[in-house]
Amino acid sequence: MHIILNGEETAISGPTLLAMVKEKGFAPDSVIAEVNLQLIKKEDWEQTVLAEGDTVELLSFVGGG
Amino acid sequence: MSFHDEIIRLDSFDFVEYFRSVRPEDVRNSLDRDEQDQCDLLNLLSLTAQDFLEEMAQKARQMTRQYFGNIISLYAPLYISDHCSNLCTYCGFNAGVDFPRTKLSLEEIEREADAIAATGIRHILLLTGEAPSQTPLSYLEEAVKIMKKYFSSIALEIFPMDEEEYQVLCKAGADSLTVYQEVYDRDIYKEVHPKGRKADYKYRLLTPERGAKTGFRALNIGALYGLGEPRKEACIAALHARWLEQEFPDVEISLSLPRMTRAKGIIEPKNILSDIDFVQFMLAWRLFMPRLGITISTRESAEFRDRLIHLGATRFSSGSKTGVGEYSLKDHDDATVQFEVTDDRSVDEVAEMIRESGYQPVFKDWELV
Amino acid sequence: MSTIKAEDDTLYFGDVAFSSRLLTGTGKFSSRDIIEPMLEASGSELITVALRRVDPKAKEKDILQYIPKSVRILPNTSGARTADEAVRIARIAREAGCGDFIKIEVITDMKYLLPDNAGTLKATEILAQEGFIVLPYMMPDITVTKQLHDAGAAAIMPLGAPIGTNRGLEMKPMIKRIIEISKVPVVVDAGIGRPSQAAEAMEMGADAVLVNTAIATSHDPIAAGKAFALAVQAGRMAYLAQMAGKRTYAEASSPLTGFLRP
Repeated sequence: MHIILNGEETAISGPTLLAMVKEKGFAPDSVIAEVNLQLIKKEDWEQTVLAEGDTVELLSFVGGG
Repeated sequence: MSFHDEIIRLDSFDFVEYFRSVRPEDVRNSLDRDEQDQCDLLNLLSLTAQDFLEEMAQKARQMTRQYFGNIISLYAPLYISDHCSNLCTYCGFNAGVDFPRTKLSLEEIEREADAIAATGIRHILLLTGEAPSQTPLSYLEEAVKIMKKYFSSIALEIFPMDEEEYQVLCKAGADSLTVYQEVYDRDIYKEVHPKGRKADYKYRLLTPERGAKTGFRALNIGALYGLGEPRKEACIAALHARWLEQEFPDVEISLSLPRMTRAKGIIEPKNILSDIDFVQFMLAWRLFMPRLGITISTRESAEFRDRLIHLGATRFSSGSKTGVGEYSLKDHDDATVQFEVTDDRSVDEVAEMIRESGYQPVFKDWELV
Repeated sequence: MSTIKAEDDTLYFGDVAFSSRLLTGTGKFSSRDIIEPMLEASGSELITVALRRVDPKAKEKDILQYIPKSVRILPNTSGARTADEAVRIARIAREAGCGDFIKIEVITDMKYLLPDNAGTLKATEILAQEGFIVLPYMMPDITVTKQLHDAGAAAIMPLGAPIGTNRGLEMKPMIKRIIEISKVPVVVDAGIGRPSQAAEAMEMGADAVLVNTAIATSHDPIAAGKAFALAVQAGRMAYLAQMAGKRTYAEASSPLTGFLRP
């Protein structure tokens, strides 16, 4: 299955958001996820099943003034 | 938030005690600051500050030139009715004084306007007493429309109105509003305005705010000196002006200093403002508000007005007649005037004096297009 | 009314109280480990962070991990070019547990990173409605200041000079006017490069300053944080003490008031 992750098409194997985050090597505690512009709370990641072509944004807080 | 909230706050402030406590070094510090705040205003209005009067004058003159240029704007008052239902104990037009009242017809207003315009004046101040039954909104609206034909700026000094009524007059062409609180001290206000519409202190106090919200471009406010404690009145008037300037940055704010003299038919003034206090108040205001307009009427003598050109004044009335119909309809001796004109020079003579003083007399400052 | 002074000099954004008037930022530090000791040295109680797409290659910890829990987070909307983008970032930041504070940045000029006041105003309106404590970064403008009040802003953040330029209070007369009319705290943000400039802003009557680049890029950010904190305190004290200004007017040339004293 393919999704658009942070603007780039990428293949994933696991069906859920949580699985995808882990698969891509991110620490779930330090990222925020939006699926198709909807913010998904961390406790819902395991229940969130991704579909072909979904747009996922993974964000985190960085330094800024 | 309105200025009434400020007045309530000021209740707990002892002006007299503060003025008494001001030391010369306080005045020195206030004078030396780049910009003057409320504490500085108080210091500069204190009796102690009179020892610094010349320095205040030099600074005020420089500031006035910097912000206004070397100019004095000219205007003339036009009284169209002396009917009045108020009982202001200090005013010769008050309802208790028995004299034949006059209200100009629209044709008469036009004749008066024509006579004033012939002197070169383009900024007019339209005045009435407070008698809405005699001078209803429709009459005032028509009067403003006539003014519009002759003058580029029309200021009103009429009874306080609601915003909707002001809207009608703004739409007809009025652009400026003059309303004096007469006295900011609430107890004295009550005493000298025993009944009638004017007994409502707060409604009158908030009139400039209603005017600004309606869209008047300039407000002229002030106290009548001779009723309240003069330094306190001068201070609150300036705080009112500053408050309006902050709240309505798009409106030009001016202060006047009408002072009572002894005259028949009215109460004895509680105090007579001296020339030196008069000048000090102007100077303190100028330092407190660099862009403040300061209006000087023909209540003041020619000799005194000549001096005030250099002391922060920005606007003079000239060629003034303060009785209804006096410009073209009746002789001075037949008219009842609101106050006696002391500077009775013609517009030309006043303009010439201004030029000789190194300033430019401005007849027409702007025109709304 | 400066005639009546409050004894307690607490700064409020919305109903949240602060005793420090120095806001700091987390951008541009050479090492994130300096942030915590810098906060300790400066006493700053409110610090900005930004939100970005995660870079899969940089396996760094979230910046929030470096900020002590006692310091409040002020997420900014940097990266937003429109009001809608700023609103979206703000909502995400709140959902992510950053609290109700938001610094709105809607930037449309990429050369000097200057804010778009119209977009800033629009975002302020929406977010204040949603219960955010909104601190809008803006070009110093009187009309917009009033509009931002009406829209529910908890503070006004005029820029002193373009972001990161360290040029100080280039917008001084405009900021001064904003301080005069503003009904909510005024925080001078951007452009403050030296403690003396921070002190100048505070002496002028600013309620707080936000300093990021000047601290983060100094040789010793911990000492710089402390220096800015002291400057802000000195400026505030001077403002409250109503320092006498410089003497700018010469004494009498020709007397104007002699006629009053015969």
